Amino acid sequence: MAVPVDTITKPTPASSTSTLRFAFGNVLAFFILLLIGVLAFSIRLFSVIKYESVIHEFDPYFNYRVTQFLTKNGIYDFWNWFDDRTWYPLGRVIGGTVYPGLTLTAGTIWKCVSGDDLVLQSLNIPLSVETVCVFTAPVFSAFAAWATYLLTKEVKGTGAGLTAAVLLAMVPSYISRSVAGSYDNEAVAIFALIFTFYLYIKTLNTGSLFYATLNSISYFYMVCSWGGYTFIINLIPMHVLLCIVTGRYSSRLYIAYAPLVVLGTLLAALVPVVGFNAVMTSEHFASFLGGMLRCSSIVASSPTKGWSGRSLSLLDPTYASKYIPIIASVSEHQPPTWPSYFMDINVLAFLVPAGIIACFSPLSDASAFVILYLVMSVYFSGVMVRLMLVLAPAACIMSGIALSEAFDVFTRSIKFYISSLSESLQTGVRDIVSGNNASPQNDVIKTDKREDSLKERPSRKNKKKDKEVVEKPSVKSKIEKRPLVLPVEASFFALFLTVLLGAFYVVHSVWAAAEAYSAPSIVLTSHSHDGLHVFDDFREAYAWLSHNTEIDDKVASWWDYGYQTTAMANRTVIVDNNTWNNTHIATVGTAMSSPEKAAWEIFNSLDVKYVLVVFGGLVGYPSDDINKFLWMVRIGGGVFPHIKEPDYLRDGQYRIDNQATPTMLNSLMYKLSYFRFVETDGGKGYDRVRRTEIGKKYFKLTHFEEVFTTHHWMVRIYKLKPQKNRIRGKTTKKSKSCLKSKGFVANCEGGGEEDIVNFLNHTTKRNH
Amino acid sequence: MANFSIATVFIASISLLFALSNSFSLENPTDRRILVLVDDLALKSSHSIFFSSLQTRGFELDFKLSDDPKIALQRYGQYLYDGLILFSPTIERFGGSLDVAAILDFVDSGKDLIVAADASASDLIRNIAAECGVDFDEDSSAVVIDHGSYAVSGTEGDHTLIAADDFIQSDVLLGTTKIEAPVLFKGIGHSLNPANSLARNNARVLFSGSLDLFSNKYEIFCSSSNHQCKRQGAQIITCNRYAKSGNQQFVTELSKWVFHERGHLKAVNVRHHRVGETDEPAIYRINDDLEYLVEIYEWSGSSWEPYVANDVQIQFYMMSPYVLKTMSTDKKGLYRTSFKVPDVYGVFQFKVEYQRLGYTSLSLAKQIPVRPFRHNEYERFIPTAFPYYGASFSTMAAFFIFSFVYLYSK
Repeated sequence: MAVPVDTITKPTPASSTSTLRFAFGNVLAFFILLLIGVLAFSIRLFSVIKYESVIHEFDPYFNYRVTQFLTKNGIYDFWNWFDDRTWYPLGRVIGGTVYPGLTLTAGTIWKCVSGDDLVLQSLNIPLSVETVCVFTAPVFSAFAAWATYLLTKEVKGTGAGLTAAVLLAMVPSYISRSVAGSYDNEAVAIFALIFTFYLYIKTLNTGSLFYATLNSISYFYMVCSWGGYTFIINLIPMHVLLCIVTGRYSSRLYIAYAPLVVLGTLLAALVPVVGFNAVMTSEHFASFLGGMLRCSSIVASSPTKGWSGRSLSLLDPTYASKYIPIIASVSEHQPPTWPSYFMDINVLAFLVPAGIIACFSPLSDASAFVILYLVMSVYFSGVMVRLMLVLAPAACIMSGIALSEAFDVFTRSIKFYISSLSESLQTGVRDIVSGNNASPQNDVIKTDKREDSLKERPSRKNKKKDKEVVEKPSVKSKIEKRPLVLPVEASFFALFLTVLLGAFYVVHSVWAAAEAYSAPSIVLTSHSHDGLHVFDDFREAYAWLSHNTEIDDKVASWWDYGYQTTAMANRTVIVDNNTWNNTHIATVGTAMSSPEKAAWEIFNSLDVKYVLVVFGGLVGYPSDDINKFLWMVRIGGGVFPHIKEPDYLRDGQYRIDNQATPTMLNSLMYKLSYFRFVETDGGKGYDRVRRTEIGKKYFKLTHFEEVFTTHHWMVRIYKLKPQKNRIRGKTTKKSKSCLKSKGFVANCEGGGEEDIVNFLNHTTKRNH
Repeated sequence: MANFSIATVFIASISLLFALSNSFSLENPTDRRILVLVDDLALKSSHSIFFSSLQTRGFELDFKLSDDPKIALQRYGQYLYDGLILFSPTIERFGGSLDVAAILDFVDSGKDLIVAADASASDLIRNIAAECGVDFDEDSSAVVIDHGSYAVSGTEGDHTLIAADDFIQSDVLLGTTKIEAPVLFKGIGHSLNPANSLARNNARVLFSGSLDLFSNKYEIFCSSSNHQCKRQGAQIITCNRYAKSGNQQFVTELSKWVFHERGHLKAVNVRHHRVGETDEPAIYRINDDLEYLVEIYEWSGSSWEPYVANDVQIQFYMMSPYVLKTMSTDKKGLYRTSFKVPDVYGVFQFKVEYQRLGYTSLSLAKQIPVRPFRHNEYERFIPTAFPYYGASFSTMAAFFIFSFVYLYSK
């Protein structure tokens, strides 16, 4: 940031006022950035203020648990960690299947701040690991905002950079993944992504090998942090290809690209979870433009041609829903709806096209990259709602450029008007009309204007030194020759509207941060006429498990709750959110879809002692297991064909009322969810999520027993009944005499049937 | 229809139900205090041989009328008795707090039970039996008849008094001394639920369709003059005469089994460690060599004796057995084996499932995780990789030479 300033101030010693102004501008920019950092950090604290300092949702619990392990056992044990408390009995090699970036980052921060290590005990502030984990994401959001500033500054100057940084600091899409407590890979990965792009552009602009090396290291950090690194390693080669095709090839481009691919791939292969994937799978092939054909022949032999399922669904959005239910079942892998664009990037969606236009005038290597980044991320966000997060920085950069340009034009028009007013009082207006070059002397009021000219100057200076970029600055200077000047009334009005737009964005973002995205999802709240209700059922259930079960007991639940169970209850789970083994998940899905006895046998074979189901029917919590149940059926049926989806649907409709199919009503999930439910509302059994009366109200469990149900019935824990000590004989009290001799077989069977009828009558009578 | 024949009579119509558990004190599993419920105290004298054999073996028998209102199996949550003998086939309702559920709880908590019924067995007795998987003949007028093998007294033969000599082949149930004389049985038929193959807890339960089986009557009856005839068709082929029936020996041996004087196993000191080490690790690595040891003893009635068998197997189990090995014994109770951990990581179990007729079933499971290699446990230099090392270093050298030549050749 300081580099261009120095080069500017030196060749223009004539005007000491401008030197002072640049110095002042830099100080101002510094403080603005500082405030942006504070803003980015503090807007994400709503969750802590409104709820508490707690880890959110599902995956963050796993990351938290891994971080705890890391801080306790050190990096080598973390690397070699074989976790025997999850995916029972298969276990999971955590060190080799996890992106370690986030964990190592938070672990290092904790060590630096409050570790007991003598070397790193620099601050000695007693913080718990949890606190560090909770606040990692907001801290890195500030970093990401600064990285955005740097990136946009490289593309369009300081003004655009500051605007983009402000926008990114509070873009709702990013807030949703980085509020305090949302301790997930994306929290640090977005920073790494933007910073890698910044270093790439920086290398591209300077042709410096130093930045190219930094870029590789930054890319390495990104690879450590998030699977989204493939986006970088595909986007940058595409940009290079675009530059080559459009005749923009330069040695700077080569320096920006080659070290990244060679060093970056080598470094990426060091991350255990990536390993040889860095050269073996199709996701990485774009980086090896030349060797593409050779490599593709190696992997083309595999059925999916070397693409992983998630990547395939990016190329063909219908792939997952057709072939891989386990990917399609995750809500964040669904395509987004139009409102979610408005929700997540708000007014940026309207500013982006303007930003694209601004990037085309003039089109530089850097702005071409930003455009390409935007186009790709728009496509990917259209496939998976989760990748909206990748779009958000691109949209912020574009909008930052657009807003900055707009402010530029408006303020210049106003300034032109003001100066023309003052000049007309004294002398002519001739020298001002002659060019834009003179105008900066007058713009002391608006920083934006100054930043813009600041950007233009080095580029003009470059032109003199660097013969390669003749074309670009010439275009630029041509534009500079005839600045866009609007009528002053229109300028004021447009300025007002732009500020209003920005204000709307701020209001929306703060609302999103405060209301929409701050819920930790393990603690739920609801407002009603009689005040605030807090539903802390999840932690209640996990606490019950940790206090009332044996340390080695296995708890089965749908995979969503696996990470939380291992982290909060410290009990072994069968499947968790890692979803690496489809068969294992299908086994649990099959058990949940089976009748009690079959389910008991499946669970017993897995040494399961407790089954945990999440039920929202009493309080109207919609993301409960009954609503997820069809996915269990689909995933189970994908591996075990005796589970058929149509058996659970009545005329293609998923229902749980008295029209539900017998298979549905007898499935374990139905029974465990609705067992004794009818007792809650005096015989009606009204499910508030499905908004209907349940189909089967009175039934008993034969192979499971309820051991715990939380306060609001949101989590229900059942224990597998032990195998019977005795097996009953065939005769019951009421049955007629029947002997095992041949002549009495008929009699015996008849008696048996009658017996069943009696028994049924008996039970129904008792129930009513 | 009072008379009809039953095709087969199993081992003198004694149904046996075993089960598992460690209910008895681990040190001394033999029962001590036994409650005997009778319909009529006269039974005390009519079955005196059986009772006195128990008493001479050291059991404290507590005789009570089955409708005695003071009957209680437990007090303050503690069982007062280790065993229960129900010689009260006709009782419809027990006195005191005793009922079917209490008796079943008694069994489920690992205590032992002997139930004898006869043709007049009440619903109560039938229910107890049914809950334990034994179905007595429901027809109260039905009797067990065997026209092929019955006891003959003098010239008269009662076809309902069956003489059986085809017993279950098990030393642990019937003792090592062969029962020479046939056992006499007169009572109602019953069947065992075929699903009832598994024994779940170590309670031992004996059901007899004949109360007389235990009585002195047949002892004396037999000792006077009794012979058993075997027929083929209508013709008598052989007629063996016995001075004494086998009943006394039979019920005594059975009661020894029921009251844990025999066939009670315990497995102790389960240990496992890597070969060459003694400490038990918390986790194994794939391809480790490990050793597993367990000591199995049998209760002889007065002391723990080493249990010697050649069929005790260990499984190294994760969803299915990866290793199944028969353990060798040193004849002093110690069983051991060693094997290599399979090349699969995961959470394994050492499993010993030992179920033999008449013996306590042993079911040991011990969880142990198996981890993959650590990052520094792989072989560092493998010969197959030498070409790659060569390629790397030669390329580096070639690049250096090339650069040198390129830069300084002019």
